[in-house]
Amino acid sequence: MSASGGPAVLAEALTKKFGDFTAVDHLDLRIERGQVIGFLGPNGAGKSTTIRMLCGLLLPTSGRASVAGFDVGREPEAVREHIGYMSQKFSLYGDLTVRENLRFFGGIYRVRREDFAERMRFAISMAGLEGRQNALVHTLAGGWKQRLALGCAILHRPPVLFLDEPTSGVEPEARRQFWDLIHDLAAEHVTILVSTHYMDEAEYCNQVALIDRGTLIAMGTPSELRGHRLSGQLYELRCSPLGGALKALRGVTGVVEAAIFGDRLHVVLAENAPAGADIRRLLSEHGIQADLPRRIMPSLEDVFVQLVSRGAEHRVTA
Amino acid sequence: MNLRRLLAMALKEALQIWRDPRSLAVALLMPLMQMAILGYGVSLDIKHVPLCVYDQENSQTSRAVVDRFISSGWFSVSHVITRYSGIRRAMDRGACIATIVIPVNFSRTLSATGSAPIQAIFDATDVNTTNIALGYAQGVVAQANADIVAQWDAAHGVQSSADSGVQLDPTVWFNETLDSRYFIIPGVVAVILALVGAQLTSLTISREWERGTMEQLISTPISALEVMLGKLIPYFLIGLVDATFCLSVAIFWFDVPFRGEIATLFVTTALFNLVVLGIGYLISVRIRSQLGASQIALLVTMLPTTLLSGYTFPIDQMPAPIRALTYIVYPRYYVTILRGIFLKGSGLSDLWGPMIGLSLYAAGIIWLAARAFQKRL
Repeated sequence: MSASGGPAVLAEALTKKFGDFTAVDHLDLRIERGQVIGFLGPNGAGKSTTIRMLCGLLLPTSGRASVAGFDVGREPEAVREHIGYMSQKFSLYGDLTVRENLRFFGGIYRVRREDFAERMRFAISMAGLEGRQNALVHTLAGGWKQRLALGCAILHRPPVLFLDEPTSGVEPEARRQFWDLIHDLAAEHVTILVSTHYMDEAEYCNQVALIDRGTLIAMGTPSELRGHRLSGQLYELRCSPLGGALKALRGVTGVVEAAIFGDRLHVVLAENAPAGADIRRLLSEHGIQADLPRRIMPSLEDVFVQLVSRGAEHRVTA
Repeated sequence: MNLRRLLAMALKEALQIWRDPRSLAVALLMPLMQMAILGYGVSLDIKHVPLCVYDQENSQTSRAVVDRFISSGWFSVSHVITRYSGIRRAMDRGACIATIVIPVNFSRTLSATGSAPIQAIFDATDVNTTNIALGYAQGVVAQANADIVAQWDAAHGVQSSADSGVQLDPTVWFNETLDSRYFIIPGVVAVILALVGAQLTSLTISREWERGTMEQLISTPISALEVMLGKLIPYFLIGLVDATFCLSVAIFWFDVPFRGEIATLFVTTALFNLVVLGIGYLISVRIRSQLGASQIALLVTMLPTTLLSGYTFPIDQMPAPIRALTYIVYPRYYVTILRGIFLKGSGLSDLWGPMIGLSLYAAGIIWLAARAFQKRL
């Protein structure tokens, strides 16, 4: 492998346009080896498009990227030798058995013959498919399919692994098992880039990259993002109706951000914001019933909401 | 190019064909059915045309005429009727295609004047069959005439003029030695191989796109060439099996004389196989839906093989622009080659013309197909 000391993934001003639509917009990214990076963002944020460019499946419109030290545009085959990829949609052969799928990908990746039996055993036990080697893959339930797909993607021990929403549509128990596997792989110094729209999964990552509308809006460890990104203190507010409260609060001086979280509001207040009792009175003037705001620890979702809305204002004023 | 990847791909594809009832049916049943349908159905010969006989005279001479119809082998008497209305009824029921009516005074008129009419009535709903049956009838009568005129001349000691008896020119309609099946069956083999080969491969890439497996496949280091060759290996073998089957049926079932050499047949068939597989693959790469790909494959194999290959419509009777077109349509070469091997016993040295045509075609198609597939979404 070339440049063994360099980052596992490096993207510079990576851009992808589909006609008029810019899916990925000048994205810069640097991922060190052995990290588990979570790609977080809503559907359509450009996560999959970024991953597909990094895997050489899509040509960037502009910008450049390298994976495992190989340039994605100029040496796509070398990149493919050094990555494992799991696409968002399940993409093993349903009409082949577990063993036949593994044998196929083992052959394609030219897994050394002396290692082959051992790698196959490993993949089967990792997927929890002992005794079902001869089952046709389309008969397997979601969680097994996902783990088998992961098994196929790592048969050749790739140093970099791209997992595009591997846990979407998988039940919670299977999701947790899947993350255990990801951490096992990370312990073997595999760099893993996982995209997800489950915010809670970000907590499992060493680094989180927040992506919205094709741009990287923040990157850091989960605690860094939680601790330093909010400009103000986060409060939880039980009130009704929520929509009216949101509208009433948004113009108020010192209210940095207000957003609906389930059956309540999360409000970020700056130092010059009114006191809790004043907020409650202000809301009641609008005919809204409210408890006193309660200070809480921010989740990544709070950070994300604030960053996204800040970015949107930025774009509007720019 | 890596052998291991190639074999992994070929094995995977073979397993998928094996587990896909539709592919198996196309690979194994379609040749059987088409061989039967086209082999029998397209035959231009008709034997044992059902014939009604209304012999009003029922004399030795009139029965001799009827016997001539039967002994020709082209007619078999389905009904002997005794009144005129019976003809209409028999025709309506489809019991016969032709009826001959021999008048009461047939033998008398014949011996008196040297010429006598026979009425022949044809059911012309199937114009083609009627034309052929008419030709046969004219042939039978012409032969009868020749004998009768000779007897009459001998009996009367004169030389009849050329227009005595019934004037017939049987050569237009009737050729007693040509069996069109010999001519058509080798063409049928070409049609089947083209249809089946292109149908099967037209699905191979589009299936991966439709099922979403392509995204995984192109994320691996397999090369476009390995994908193509790996996928084509099992189809190539199926094509050879189908070819062996069809050619065996042609030789052993339809009794088409085989005068050439097996080796020549094998080499040329393999080459033709490459062309049709390449065409199917090319379509599959270009069209990402299985349905669309299969339709286009049907179109580009069916039309040229049936219309422009010379398989039923002789190329030298086509208008010049159409004849020129047949040179760029691949099946004409293979049909020419097959007929040469089968009927004339031609070897490779006799067939270099169409061989070059077919080889150029194979090389061009495979080159295009190899370049067409891009490992990109």
